[in-house]
Amino acid sequence: MTGSIAYLGYGLAAIGPGIGVGLIFAAYINGVARQPEARGMLQTIAFTGMALTEALAILGLVFAFIFKG
Amino acid sequence: MSLHAMAANVLGGLTVAGIPAEGGGEGETFQAPGTEVFYWPVIAGQDSSWAITRPAVVLLISVGLIGWFFIRMSGRRLAVVPSKGQFVGEIAYDFVRNTIAKDIIGGKDFIRFVPLLMTLFTVILVNNVFGIVPFVQYPTMSRIGFPIVLTLIVYLTYHAVGIKTKHGIGTYLAGLIPPGLPGWLKPIMFVLEFLTYFVIRPLTLALRLFGNMLAGHLMLLVFIVGGEYLLLHGDNIGLKGAGVLSFAFSIVMTFFELLVEFLQAFIFTLLSALYLSDAVSEHH
Repeated sequence: MTGSIAYLGYGLAAIGPGIGVGLIFAAYINGVARQPEARGMLQTIAFTGMALTEALAILGLVFAFIFKG
Repeated sequence: MSLHAMAANVLGGLTVAGIPAEGGGEGETFQAPGTEVFYWPVIAGQDSSWAITRPAVVLLISVGLIGWFFIRMSGRRLAVVPSKGQFVGEIAYDFVRNTIAKDIIGGKDFIRFVPLLMTLFTVILVNNVFGIVPFVQYPTMSRIGFPIVLTLIVYLTYHAVGIKTKHGIGTYLAGLIPPGLPGWLKPIMFVLEFLTYFVIRPLTLALRLFGNMLAGHLMLLVFIVGGEYLLLHGDNIGLKGAGVLSFAFSIVMTFFELLVEFLQAFIFTLLSALYLSDAVSEHH
């Protein structure tokens, strides 16, 4: 079997951000379910948090392409 | 170079999915599509200091489309009961002005930045959606140069606004440290905040857009090219069935891409507004 271990590394690197994004949207859904009128404010915060968490996965993807050898 | 060749190159986007598989020889081994699908021959100006490439043509088309749409909309008298075109334009403007700029920057400062944010949002959205529009099918932002330029505009703007608000570079840099910290913590916080403002923010802003567009387009290609290979070169009925399934799933993924493309335009504009709101606030 041949291939680049960098892609395997990316798969591992995506686990953390995946869990993080899941937690953020779980909290967002909880918040909206409790207080539907806060939706607009929570939406901005949720997407900002998602963008910051997702940055880790994106860095992993870029590094996978850089280090594929 | 003639307009003909340019048009042919743009229209050639339809066959982009077929290239890597066909290039890999008649079905001996499957060649998964890689980053090479984003490299296209230079259309004009190979030997000079400038060049027109396929993403540049897509970008120009998008700018022309957006300009035509909004100039046409503002040229005629706006109706109280909007036409379809005016309705779309109003929704987009309302979204950027109220949901992004007003909610995040707030106060009376936000209206200054609405033109910048509106431009960023429409350019990124149209260019991203071009990734799945038939005959164009090239997400401009999957070439890192384009997100870098957009990020550079945002980067220079929020630093310039910050320096202007704080009346000088010295006070701007001093303002990076959150107030109310013990003295020994200040140097550490300054290094961290400095890195955040000057390195991490622009880096992630550009790479997020680039990475999402690149990965999304590659994923679609894997499903379509892989489905084509399974269907045409599969040995038994099971593999051919998997090929059909892969094609069907690629349609689902195309709609998912539409969501991601909108989301990325939204997030880029949202984060730009967030950085600008940091810059216009007097205290950190």
